[in-house]
Amino acid sequence: MEKIGIEQISLAFGFIILMLGLWGILSRKNIIKIVLSFTLFDTGLNIIIVAIGYLKNKTAPILDSAELQTDTASKIVDPLPQALVLTSIVIGLGVTSLLLVYALKLYKEKKSLFINDYKDLKW
Amino acid sequence: MLKNSLILILILGFAAIMLSLFLSYTPSEDLKGVSKHYAEYGKEEVGAANLVSAVVVTYRGFDTLGEVTILFLTASVIGFFLKVNHSKDDENTAVKKYSEILGTSAKILIPLMVLLGVYVFINGHLTPGGGFQGGAIIASAFVLMFIALPQRKISHKVLSAVESFSGLSYVLIGVLGIILAAGFLDNQILSLGTFGSVLSAGAIPLIYILIGLKVGTELTGIISNLKELQNEQ
Repeated sequence: MEKIGIEQISLAFGFIILMLGLWGILSRKNIIKIVLSFTLFDTGLNIIIVAIGYLKNKTAPILDSAELQTDTASKIVDPLPQALVLTSIVIGLGVTSLLLVYALKLYKEKKSLFINDYKDLKW
Repeated sequence: MLKNSLILILILGFAAIMLSLFLSYTPSEDLKGVSKHYAEYGKEEVGAANLVSAVVVTYRGFDTLGEVTILFLTASVIGFFLKVNHSKDDENTAVKKYSEILGTSAKILIPLMVLLGVYVFINGHLTPGGGFQGGAIIASAFVLMFIALPQRKISHKVLSAVESFSGLSYVLIGVLGIILAAGFLDNQILSLGTFGSVLSAGAIPLIYILIGLKVGTELTGIISNLKELQNEQ
């Protein structure tokens, strides 16, 4: 592998955060920590998508100078992954808020956030 | 423990997949396919200086409509879950005390935060930002208000009226695109204007204002539902 650039570093960070999130979802017992792990998983995935859209030595896809407005395609990074990540962040927010409200409801029901106390769907 | 070793095996398996993905990654040099089209023709076709906004609102506007719908569904499900009776709210909120510093600084900061949010979504087609970001900033101003000035009330009727109005207008603008321009959510129903000015990019500023209002009111609604539940206990 040749010189390590910003795209490799951010990709590696994305993978690490995603793995941390997965580990948290599988092994934590506190419901709030599980919800946090879901957001970590989301964040890692978003970082990976943005890192894949990065192109070396190119600038943000915002055409605010006259120089960028000619021959745009050879000067900017990929705008599509960024737009998709914007959608993904908003949906992640919706999912997280729903999960937190479920957690709140569960806590009001049994006064416990320990996942092992909830055996209703276990057999 | 069997369970822990299963988790370990699963994590290691995933890590192996991730590692092989990471090692086989080669950075691409040029834009390809649809991204290339967006970069080359985005200026003529959409006229938004921020190409991400052009993709979000026009090229993939239908996705954004779905996204707004998901946020709306989340807000309504939360409202349904946290159903509270509004009758005995007043006596509970009066008990809560806030610090003088927080209350005074909040009074100065809240209008500025709302202004910043409006700025972010009106300039969404020129600068980084847009309807969702601006809406989130406006909602954070209201969160500050809920914390610092708990005696202030927000009318749920006004919130849901603004929300329904902006959602409905968003769909109507999309339908106007079918009638006046090339297709659903096409931004050329208004003239594209001069590239780089605030009144440019056709319907994008209009759509972003509506999205900003909708996201702001939805998030405020979620927070105020949570707050009322807290007051009830």
